[in-house]
Amino acid sequence: MSTDHRQFSRRGMLAGTAAGAFYLAAPSIIRAQTHSIKIAVLMPQSGYLAQAGQSCHRGALVSASVLAELGHKVELVHVDIESNPDVSRTQAERAINEGAQCIIGAFDSACTLAIAQVCEQRQVPLIVNIGAAPQLTEQGYKFLVRNFPTGGMLVSNGLKQIQALIDATKIAPKTAVFLHANDNFGMAQRQGMDKVFPNSGLPFKLLESIPYDPKAQDLSVEVTKIRGLNPDLLLVVTRAADAIKLVRDIVRQKFQPMGIISPGAPGLYDEEFYKALGPLADYHIDAIPWANPKSKVTQTLEAAFKKEQPNFRFAVECFNVGFTFDALLIAADAFKRAGTATGPELMKALKATNLTDHAMIGPPIKFDDKGQNVEIPSSSVQNRAQTPTVVLPAEVATMTPVLPEPPWQGRT
Amino acid sequence: MTAITLNVIVQGLLTGLVYGLMALGLSVIFGVMRVVNFAHGEFTVVAMYAAFVLFEVLHLDPLIVLLPIAAVFFGIGYLLQRTLINPFVGRAEHEQFILLVGLATVIVNGLLLVFGPDARPINLSYSFDSYAVGPMFLDKVRVFAAIGALAVAAALLLFFRYTRTGTAIRACADNLTGAAVIGLDVKQLYAVTFGLGLACVGAAGTLMATIADASPSLAQAYTLLAFTIVIIGGLGSMVGALIGGILIGVSEALAGFYIQPSMKSMFSFALLIIVLVLRPQGLMGRRL
Amino acid sequence: MSGIWFNTSWRGKALALALLLVFLLAPVIADRYLLSVLILVFYFAYLGHAWNLLMGFAGQLSLGHALYLGLGAYTATALWTLFGVGPWLGVFIAIPIAAAAGLFIGWLGWRFAIEGVYFALLTIAFAEFTRIGFDHLQITGAAGGLFLPVNGEAAGEWWNLGGGPLLYYYLALALATAGTLLVARLRQSPLGYRWLAVREDPQAAQAVGINIFRARMMAMLISASMTAVGGVFYGFYYRNLFPSQVFDIGRSIELILAPIIGGLGTVFGPIVGAIILTPLGETLTGLMQSLGLNAPGVKAIFYGVTLMIIISLQPNGVWPWLARHLRLNRPSE
Repeated sequence: MSTDHRQFSRRGMLAGTAAGAFYLAAPSIIRAQTHSIKIAVLMPQSGYLAQAGQSCHRGALVSASVLAELGHKVELVHVDIESNPDVSRTQAERAINEGAQCIIGAFDSACTLAIAQVCEQRQVPLIVNIGAAPQLTEQGYKFLVRNFPTGGMLVSNGLKQIQALIDATKIAPKTAVFLHANDNFGMAQRQGMDKVFPNSGLPFKLLESIPYDPKAQDLSVEVTKIRGLNPDLLLVVTRAADAIKLVRDIVRQKFQPMGIISPGAPGLYDEEFYKALGPLADYHIDAIPWANPKSKVTQTLEAAFKKEQPNFRFAVECFNVGFTFDALLIAADAFKRAGTATGPELMKALKATNLTDHAMIGPPIKFDDKGQNVEIPSSSVQNRAQTPTVVLPAEVATMTPVLPEPPWQGRT
Repeated sequence: MTAITLNVIVQGLLTGLVYGLMALGLSVIFGVMRVVNFAHGEFTVVAMYAAFVLFEVLHLDPLIVLLPIAAVFFGIGYLLQRTLINPFVGRAEHEQFILLVGLATVIVNGLLLVFGPDARPINLSYSFDSYAVGPMFLDKVRVFAAIGALAVAAALLLFFRYTRTGTAIRACADNLTGAAVIGLDVKQLYAVTFGLGLACVGAAGTLMATIADASPSLAQAYTLLAFTIVIIGGLGSMVGALIGGILIGVSEALAGFYIQPSMKSMFSFALLIIVLVLRPQGLMGRRL
Repeated sequence: MSGIWFNTSWRGKALALALLLVFLLAPVIADRYLLSVLILVFYFAYLGHAWNLLMGFAGQLSLGHALYLGLGAYTATALWTLFGVGPWLGVFIAIPIAAAAGLFIGWLGWRFAIEGVYFALLTIAFAEFTRIGFDHLQITGAAGGLFLPVNGEAAGEWWNLGGGPLLYYYLALALATAGTLLVARLRQSPLGYRWLAVREDPQAAQAVGINIFRARMMAMLISASMTAVGGVFYGFYYRNLFPSQVFDIGRSIELILAPIIGGLGTVFGPIVGAIILTPLGETLTGLMQSLGLNAPGVKAIFYGVTLMIIISLQPNGVWPWLARHLRLNRPSE
């Protein structure tokens, strides 16, 4: 029995060193192949961000075949960072050891920054597919580009969309309340809102901004507060599961706003939201960048997704899938232009990106000198028949917007 | 008192009763066996998923499957205690803690593996209905869940007060040596106790599934909540656990309404600190 | 400290020196991945020492140590971003703040006879309370987080902790080594023996005239201060802080795993624990990937099972068992 114990704990101690030694001797052979680029996709597939991370992961899986179809030679490695910055850091180091020449990630700002440290020091480009904290492109990282709007951009574009919605549907809201999660995403939105709203020229008054605890068990108290203020519009920044609680409590307390609109938050377009609420999920609007239904790239991506991930709806996942795909496309495109995958050259090519055909709506992808794509627009995505549908701007819309929302009672 | 304040208080009270039932299970386990069940929230979430699965597959209202789930959880608790937990009774707290943290990790990630990360709601036909009582709106599901919680708690109270086994368990809690001396089978009683504690959790989780959506990420918050309520209400007092639940439910609701919703948990933790310092036996517990 | 040195068998001395030598020279042969793992090992060994002082020596279970970690991290990084005060100076402000918090909690606990699980819950409550508080503290960015500018490898400003992984590697190694030496020293000191007495039998200790309250407060003071220094390291290494990350109860739990698994109340326990647990996590991840069992959560399940197995088989920790079998120490180690 003592032999078993000895083997057991020794194994633990030696395994770590052995693993290290193994990874030391890792195939640097792969680096020698310059006709394909090895990209590591780091996502939180477990932990508290698992829902979004797994969605992005599906996007990465499908992207492989689409990129091949478009003529790019890409090798993908998928890593779970467990929503943990410690793991993010070591896994980024390991991925680069194993030959990754570019990294895509990581949804959560803390994890993304941990990876950014590593990328900066090892001179491997990091492309942020999703991550709204403004500071990601403000801290001076030279090996980071982000193809995603900042919290401020989401808010100002979101407010523009709200004006467009008011114009298109001719509603006349006088008051609004802003409800947001008190986490780093919600705070980024709140800061954006505080700065941008006063000068936005919108015809309604913002009565109050209410932060809620994302770890809370229910939102009935928040809804009671909102009901007391009785605003015409409810602007929300929620996470996935919270949106369900919110709408449920709103229905129960018989509060009927003209519209529930989100300036760029997840939650209103998640599959679990539709499953939980059915017809009560309809008519809410999210003002976010979305997959461009008129783009050939998107259509190819959609076809591949339908084939490879039959249990999930592209219409619902295209936000995560589209941005993940676009990040990979950016990497592949830069690789083609640079002709090499070595860090500094690849980074130069990335900074010079001018990509017209991509999955998400918007003008050609370009990065400013901080590495930020400042021209990503938002569109209005309204839930119709429990499917997120682009209703504005008109050039990419497939339906016209409907506001005010029909009453809760009698929805089918 | 304005109508809205009253509404907030009553909704808080209803929710608090279900929390109280969950805490009741912990009070029984910790009060009798002094086992620090840091996997309490995880078991609650398992019960939520059990109710969800039965609803999806058999279309049974959770209120109907309440007793069967509680019975199954009793069995699980009994077996768990006899196999895994028993060697740890009486051992140092940090050892129990590691064991249960390990167990909690296994449970949460097992749930993630099986069910995925999405929140799973139980869509009852009356999920969105509310009773209009005067100026208040009371959610139907919360009213039913609260009644269910009271019923289960009452049943447990009667069990402990009036049955032989219940009295024997209380004897073990009061004086372990004495109980052994008079010939009580302590091991067996401990197993029954753990079973009862988990049965409570099973019932509470089933009721909770009607008002919250099952998801692995809820587990840790529920564990903390259960401990907070048990401390405030008083260890070893079942009525205390319910009252503690109500107190937390109401105070959090009021704090959220009048101060800032994102700060409402601060209030509960402040309350916990105050109770620990000034009255560690809680509101209704006996002196340690 | 000489006591420990002279009383260790020559095997033990050789092993300790060999280990130190290996770690000092590791960067020459090890790659960046292994270095990043080793940094985590040293970091957790150091924090394990800090927590072990309070639990293993003074016998008080704290499940809210992330409080001191976060206070240390936020103080030093805030001083740097807001006032340009470098971390080598900032740490001297971070320590008193964390120590004050610890002493306050200790005073509340021990003055009012809050013991065992109740004390543990008290520490959790304070950590959670502070977490939510920082979520609303605008000056440090509230829930939006606090960010430090980027840290290029060529920066080489060791006085501002701007530098590559090598700087942080040796810093972490220095912390772990200093922590070990400090703990060893304290163990053999009069204070250390007082702690042992208080832990084993408080009433007897009081009978021979030991001031229990003061002994415990000293343990808390040193423990919280050490943890705060770890927090400063954390803040500058990761260069961003969010209250929900750094004050989280998950952090409090993660830093107590190494000392408990390694061996509570021993000098080398936390080191052994860190050496086992951190690479274990990484190895499991690698193993899962190579076996194609890449499903999210599987690694964590194995990790949890491992914890349960270790605590069941070796509740006193791996180090005492290891030391016995390798015949490294005196019986009382």
